Amino acid sequence: MGLLSSSVSINRYYVEGKIQESVLEVVTKGLKKYSFKETEEAPSDKISGWTSFNNHFKPDFESSSFVLGDYFVFSLRIDKKSVSSKIIKKYLYFETLKRLEESGRSYLSANEKKFIKEHVVSVLLLRVPATPNIYDVVWDYEKSMICFFSNNKSVNEEFETLFQRSFNKHLIKIFPYSEADILSDLSDQERDTLSHLSLTKFME
Amino acid sequence: MLDASISYYRYAFLGCEFLTWVWYSVSSSGINKVLKKGDSLEIGNKIVLERKLHDSFEKITIKGKDADLEEGILSLKKGAVVKEINLLYKSGEKEWVFTVTGENLSLSNIKTPDIGFIETKNDVAGFATEKIFLFNVICSLIDDLFKIFIKQRVSDKWPPVVSDIRKWINT
Repeated sequence: MGLLSSSVSINRYYVEGKIQESVLEVVTKGLKKYSFKETEEAPSDKISGWTSFNNHFKPDFESSSFVLGDYFVFSLRIDKKSVSSKIIKKYLYFETLKRLEESGRSYLSANEKKFIKEHVVSVLLLRVPATPNIYDVVWDYEKSMICFFSNNKSVNEEFETLFQRSFNKHLIKIFPYSEADILSDLSDQERDTLSHLSLTKFME
Repeated sequence: MLDASISYYRYAFLGCEFLTWVWYSVSSSGINKVLKKGDSLEIGNKIVLERKLHDSFEKITIKGKDADLEEGILSLKKGAVVKEINLLYKSGEKEWVFTVTGENLSLSNIKTPDIGFIETKNDVAGFATEKIFLFNVICSLIDDLFKIFIKQRVSDKWPPVVSDIRKWINT
């Protein structure tokens, strides 16, 4: 789901602390270092990285192409491979049969079964193409705010981790407490009251 | 600031109270005092409420254009809280429709005013800039409303507000 879609979902983040060096340089470096590396050979079920907002399949972070007015606009690409459990079951059956024949035994140990399953899954993952998923990022550097265009929990966790790794900055998700604490201009006294609040019962 | 993993769950009720306050403010027209002149905010086509029953939760969803919100008020009477609300914001000729979730203040199903179509590659940057501006309108609206709510919530203005909300629920 992206910035240009007709219906979007947004989670917002506050970027803790400012980048001390040249912002553009640091952001460009982070985006390049952790840009999406195209490969079909990856044995893992998921690979992720930054990509260009206007070209999801060819990241280009040269010449400030990700700067749009006051914003840094880029995308998180997560390619996921998935193999149906029925396919895994089928190949697991044949692989188990083969191992039993080879060993001449009538049973396999729990460890052997686990190893065979891991082997079957990794072989199948190599044969399955990954599905690309794109999630746009709009970073208002002046306000230290980010709009991330997904509400999916695991996608947001992936985004938070990659952001921290790329720019060495911690993200604070905007939810009721952080909205009050960071964005609502509360005084110290109001903040103290906030920390002691408990649920209001609108009906007794 | 408290650890996020603790404060997220510990204060999630604030988001639900905020949505209840928004619903009350829209229904009592109090919202007009805080919006720009000529702007309006209406309840959209969905409200989700939740009520705790001993060890489980009862979820009430009211959905549909021109849906009767009486069922929702009845749920509030029984002690339910607003978990999710769909809102329609109008400013001049422009209209935004979006859903706010109380627990995390995330925004979903955001539909911004129509800004036409991308015809050439050169249109993308301008289109994106316009979209960002339109999303910011909604984010600022939520920030402004939440700020008014939380300022009341942490002050002695809150008990009279709760009393007014109770009257609204019971009328």
